[in-house]
Amino acid sequence: MTMTSIAQLIIGVTDLGAAFLFMYGLKRMSSPVTAPSGIFVAGVGMLVAVLASFLYVFDVATAAKPHLMVNVGLGVFALIVGGSIAWWAGKKVAMTAMPQMVAIYNGMGGGAAGAIAAVELFGDKAPGTTQLVVTLLGALIGSISLSGSLIAWAKLEGVLKKPLRIRGQQYFNILFLLGTLAVAGYLIYVLQGASSQLLPTPQLIYVFFGCALIYGILMTLPIGGADMPVVISIYNAATGLAVGLEGFVLANPALMIAGMVVGAAGTLLTLLMAKAMNRSVANILFTNFGGPSKHKPSHIKGSLKPTEAADAGIFMRYAKSVIVVPGYGLAAAQAQQKLYEFVKLLLAAGVSVKFAIHPVAGRMPGQMDVLLAEAGVPYDLIFQLDDINEEFKTTDVALVIGANDVVNPAARTEKGSPIFGMPILNADQAKQVYVVKRGQGKGYAGIVNALFYGDNCNMVYGDAAAVLTTMIEAVRGLGAKAAA
Amino acid sequence: MDFSIHIAGFIALYIFMLAGFAGWVIIGHVPAILHTPLMSGSNFVHGIVVVGGMFVLLNASTVQEQAIGFFAVMLGAGNCAGGYAVTHRMLAMFQTSGHKTHHAKHGRAKASHLKAT
Repeated sequence: MTMTSIAQLIIGVTDLGAAFLFMYGLKRMSSPVTAPSGIFVAGVGMLVAVLASFLYVFDVATAAKPHLMVNVGLGVFALIVGGSIAWWAGKKVAMTAMPQMVAIYNGMGGGAAGAIAAVELFGDKAPGTTQLVVTLLGALIGSISLSGSLIAWAKLEGVLKKPLRIRGQQYFNILFLLGTLAVAGYLIYVLQGASSQLLPTPQLIYVFFGCALIYGILMTLPIGGADMPVVISIYNAATGLAVGLEGFVLANPALMIAGMVVGAAGTLLTLLMAKAMNRSVANILFTNFGGPSKHKPSHIKGSLKPTEAADAGIFMRYAKSVIVVPGYGLAAAQAQQKLYEFVKLLLAAGVSVKFAIHPVAGRMPGQMDVLLAEAGVPYDLIFQLDDINEEFKTTDVALVIGANDVVNPAARTEKGSPIFGMPILNADQAKQVYVVKRGQGKGYAGIVNALFYGDNCNMVYGDAAAVLTTMIEAVRGLGAKAAA
Repeated sequence: MDFSIHIAGFIALYIFMLAGFAGWVIIGHVPAILHTPLMSGSNFVHGIVVVGGMFVLLNASTVQEQAIGFFAVMLGAGNCAGGYAVTHRMLAMFQTSGHKTHHAKHGRAKASHLKAT
């Protein structure tokens, strides 16, 4: 056997192994118990596949042979630079900033897929119409994913504050996409050897990539910040698809399988998220949610009744059951640790405490679970909407911290409300509701919350961390008095 | 012997179809509590694109191809390393109140009511 076939054999076996380990790893991630080992399994697959990729040196094109040493050096350098910067950023990033970080990594994947396609196109290496079409499709999706993810990052990071909308933008976007596709079509025509040219081929390729990148920006700009998680999920699926398509062009089944698994998984995840928000994916992409709503809320009876944090804390100490509804405000105040400390006091006093998590609590589905896990809350105290919603009726206290729209009863009752129909946590049905809030502002969706005006609801104003500290001290004070 | 891989027409479609179905089924059973780690986990998996980047970089014969190939590998490596780092960090945080107990076998943090005493 020649070195070439030995290298091909090893690459073939490791890539096959990697594809298996990816799927097995994702499968293990479907349970909190096995999930940490799941990512490890997938990581082993990745490491082996990347190491094996150096064996391509035995199988390079003749034209590349003189450059081989330089190319290997560049490869090692690129791996180290890209890998270590991203690794460092991933270790350092705050848990609350996780969605933006995922958006960045996802954009990088899309960019890599686009770059691979660019090399194929510039080198005119893709033979046949099928290959060309697939290359261009992967390039288009990958590029959209890159620029779109960057916009998503900017929105979540607060660099871009408002959704940018122009009248008729949807039509313009559609026209722009059609234009981009037309450029792609012309490119296929030219690359197959047609001589009539408007532009030299390389310039045409630049135009194509430019259009694709701009389309990603145009598509993402009008979407409101609240919908970004779904958008990131869509781009995650899109990058998977792009990787899968470029895998076909490179005749690499590992890329094809991994890409398509992620494409399908990401699509399903997107649909699940959209379902949790009771909206269709098309509605998220093409309607102006989160903008100034024309809807006037129906007259809300009652008034806001502020109360002291200490009183609320002591009331909960003597309650039988408490359900905590945390929201992004809790994480923004970095008060998860304090919350768990308070909950531990209640548990020690014999109060039954549960956490109720709305599917879209936080900035990304499941983000609240992660933030609570970070604070050390065991996940068997954490309940999802469907599992706990019936329990509010029989619960003494609902403690709403930093959540707003996900407990707004308008979603059940008010037809005109932008969140009408969204499943909500029925915190208003508890005997007593405490809402910990920084001020009298509105939620992310900008809607007045009738819950706050209910007869059974009291507002505890203040920073979540400070309020919880007061509550902890109040309950501890009781214990000290009892002991004295 | 020849171990080079050729994937033509319908074979590719079969691979895509089966892989897509597999992804759909695998994710179908993931509880909402794991959605964020899962999104970042699947994000990590498409980091395999770095292998494709290595292939085009090693086969580069012009400065332009080297530059774009370098770009592809660097971005792909970032996708891998970053995706792994954040996913691992998130997943390492999940624990039960019993720490080593395995009562959430099906991945759903269902009522075990152990703490309701």
